[in-house]
Amino acid sequence: MGQKVLIKGTEAIGEAAIMAGCRHFFGYPITPQNEVAEYISKRMPEVGGCFLQAESELAAINMVYGAAGAGARAMTSSSSPGISLMQEGISYIAAAELPCLIVNVMRGGPGLGGIQPSQSDYFQATKGGGHGDYHLVVLAPSSVQEMIDLIMEGFDIADQYKNPVMILADGMLGQMMEPVELVPKKRIPRQLPPKDWATTGCDGSRQRNVVNSLFMIPEQLEQRNLVLMEKYKRIEENEIQFEAIGIEDADAVIVAYGTMARIARTIAQKAKGLGFNIGIFRPITLWPFPYDAISKIAETPDIKALFSIEMSAGQMVEDVKLAVAGKKPVHFYGRTGGMIPSPDEVLNYISKILEVR
Amino acid sequence: MAIIFERPRSLTDKPFHYCPGCTHGLIHRLIAEVIDELGIQSQTIGVEPVGCAVSAHDYFDIDMQEAAHGRAPAVATGIKRVLPDKIVFTYQGDGDLASIGMTEIVHAATRGEKITTIFINNAIFGMTGGQMAPTSLIGQITTTSPNGRDPNTAGYPIRVSELLATLKGAAYVSRVSVHDVKNVSRAKKSIKNAFMTQIEGKGFSIVEVLSTCPINWGMTPVEALGWLENNMIPYYPLGEFKVDGKEVSTK
Repeated sequence: MGQKVLIKGTEAIGEAAIMAGCRHFFGYPITPQNEVAEYISKRMPEVGGCFLQAESELAAINMVYGAAGAGARAMTSSSSPGISLMQEGISYIAAAELPCLIVNVMRGGPGLGGIQPSQSDYFQATKGGGHGDYHLVVLAPSSVQEMIDLIMEGFDIADQYKNPVMILADGMLGQMMEPVELVPKKRIPRQLPPKDWATTGCDGSRQRNVVNSLFMIPEQLEQRNLVLMEKYKRIEENEIQFEAIGIEDADAVIVAYGTMARIARTIAQKAKGLGFNIGIFRPITLWPFPYDAISKIAETPDIKALFSIEMSAGQMVEDVKLAVAGKKPVHFYGRTGGMIPSPDEVLNYISKILEVR
Repeated sequence: MAIIFERPRSLTDKPFHYCPGCTHGLIHRLIAEVIDELGIQSQTIGVEPVGCAVSAHDYFDIDMQEAAHGRAPAVATGIKRVLPDKIVFTYQGDGDLASIGMTEIVHAATRGEKITTIFINNAIFGMTGGQMAPTSLIGQITTTSPNGRDPNTAGYPIRVSELLATLKGAAYVSRVSVHDVKNVSRAKKSIKNAFMTQIEGKGFSIVEVLSTCPINWGMTPVEALGWLENNMIPYYPLGEFKVDGKEVSTK
């Protein structure tokens, strides 16, 4: 066991990236994740890495594109409005099959919105965000420790599949301090392919490398899309992660991720006091989404309903409904704008629906 | 028989797709000759723009990355920070660099990013079919300034070299033209100076190349060369603005 240290979520992001071997960070200031860049600006020089404060989020994501294309483990971090600005670059990165890590510490929107925690970028993260048919692998930690672990695993997933990976956190996780172990967790051993496609200068010992997403001939572009779709299928088959708690004897199941999954634990405890059991299903990968696991839960006879609880106006609930496919009622409760649902208000909502007296 | 002229090693044998009379091909050749002469083909990574040169990787026989519109200096920055010992250059047109990518080029220059930019200024958007560019001249007729560029509504053409020369991080800034043989040879010398500036680690370097677009200008290739000389050069004076980080007084 490593020694526990007390660390803030945003700083943990920076240290985890360095532990994962990331030596190139490009970012632009935006609240509530400024400590990521501040921390890395101090730490990167100590490990011989590069921290660069870009002139904009547009530039930052394109610097990531260049650095990833040159074979480096590169990353950026931002928050909702900044991530919106990066969508063009993210689409190009996905199209050119470049591995990299993008952290979104979500805040309330739309527009400039606010700076308080939110989960309202679920659609953007999991359904595309930029133009074209592509997917990010989206990982949703619900503790500072898990943020560290998923950042390290995220870089591996990115390298294995040559695909951008997004850590979808929220302002609450970013700003909270928790005791963590700052040691590389035992990671799933992965066969990481050599980056023989990187533009490092061609001395004639290999074919020259071109990082590109332009295919002017429709047949070629379709082939390109088919290659990507085949990859996404492999990711769906191999990379789904979730946590299921107390499903066996549950009367109802809350589906929640990130900060809301923590609140769900309190809700489940309080429900026991009222005489009914709430199970918690926590997707860790938001894409690929654990449809099959939720589908199986919906087939459990004793479970009366599922509740998607979010800090949004109702986004993940659409995937929950797709998974449940009408087998059970799916309800939604959420708050927006940086408001965080309290355990009592959620429990009150659930109790009314389940007609618990 | 002795070979006295051949294709530079840093160009592939793929025929250029550029329009008849367009000077992109010529400028590609100059860059390739410079790369050959400096012996840096295996050390050089190019970044291509969105615009007519979007498929430059078909022609340059080196590793390349295709950037989003205007973002080539940011992409090149990412590459250079990973591979500081390699030579990284961007090839960008006036829409790409002076319109949508103005932020990226200014900041790459002011950071003194050790990259080289070859900036093709033909005063028009070529690939999209001849729309007004930030560098289109006052009165110039384009598909989006059908009555000629009117400064009251469309503002004034940007002199990119003069603007970037004010930035301390820009170590080498020059404007050249390729409208006649004498200027072609000056252009090549300037491109070499820019690459040398990068190799010697002096800072950011850029060569603005005045170029023709006969098709979208609605001229024959020869007319286009004349139009460049008589209309563009008076507004865009040729010469070196910065050398080794020091301002050069232009004639």
